Amino acid sequence: MSWGSLDNFLAMGGYAVYVWGSYAVTLVLIVAELLVLARRKRNAVERIR
Amino acid sequence: MSINWFKYSSPQTFFPLAGRLALGFGILALLACGAGLYLGFFVAPTDAQQGESYRIIFIHVPAAWMSMFLYVIMAFWAGLGLAFNTRLSGMMASAIAPTGALFTFIALWTGSLWGKPAWGTWWVWDARLTSELILLFLYFGFMALQAAIDDPRRADKAGAVLALVGVVNVPIIYFSVKWWNTLHQGASVSLTKAPSMAATMLAGMLVMSFAFWFYSIAAVLLRARCIMLEREHNSDWAGQYARGAA
Repeated sequence: MSWGSLDNFLAMGGYAVYVWGSYAVTLVLIVAELLVLARRKRNAVERIR
Repeated sequence: MSINWFKYSSPQTFFPLAGRLALGFGILALLACGAGLYLGFFVAPTDAQQGESYRIIFIHVPAAWMSMFLYVIMAFWAGLGLAFNTRLSGMMASAIAPTGALFTFIALWTGSLWGKPAWGTWWVWDARLTSELILLFLYFGFMALQAAIDDPRRADKAGAVLALVGVVNVPIIYFSVKWWNTLHQGASVSLTKAPSMAATMLAGMLVMSFAFWFYSIAAVLLRARCIMLEREHNSDWAGQYARGAA
């Protein structure tokens, strides 16, 4: 699969909103989960100390 | 009484192991994600009918699989806790629920963004979509029920009953495209017949499934560690860990 240019790749054949909308939300949610977990751990440790 | 709790596994021995496993599976998830996205975007060809919009499949199908799989594992731990009264089982069930809800939401969200170009609609009340939405509500219901009960062991028991009753929904989701006439397409991959897609598309989807699987293991173990620290904040091992982790 060759896209030719970065613009072609980002355009996703006209489906950019749908494709990148899917990937972006997935990435944001996964990063958010990890941040929430890190904070929860910090709070748990502080409560014990 | 405490001897029974320690029968299978105890938090203080599992806690450091879970930390090491989470790191290992996190690294595996990153590697698999890199490989899967490379296959999905730079190796797999354009779909003859759907153009590039089909590339949502590389997260949609793995997320949908994880949403069902995690529910079954959650119900398994919950049932184990109910049957054997083991401390760790309830913690594992509680640790799985938010990650399961996350993947259920991702499956619904990406499905909606794929439904618009493929079917012309964001949402339709067909059997597959509706049963997946019910799965999301089951995860939320499990989390809300547990959060509403102060005593963790009673919360585990109540949650376990809900998780076990709700498990009936999983085969309904899986077979919905066979049992009912749905707008959603049938299974792309099944054990009984050859997959209906290009080998490189299938490869990308399977590698991304491993990535989500490894990520789920890592996230669940990290959350289980939090729950162990919260529930056992008075114990010696938790105190030692907290002072050491300064």
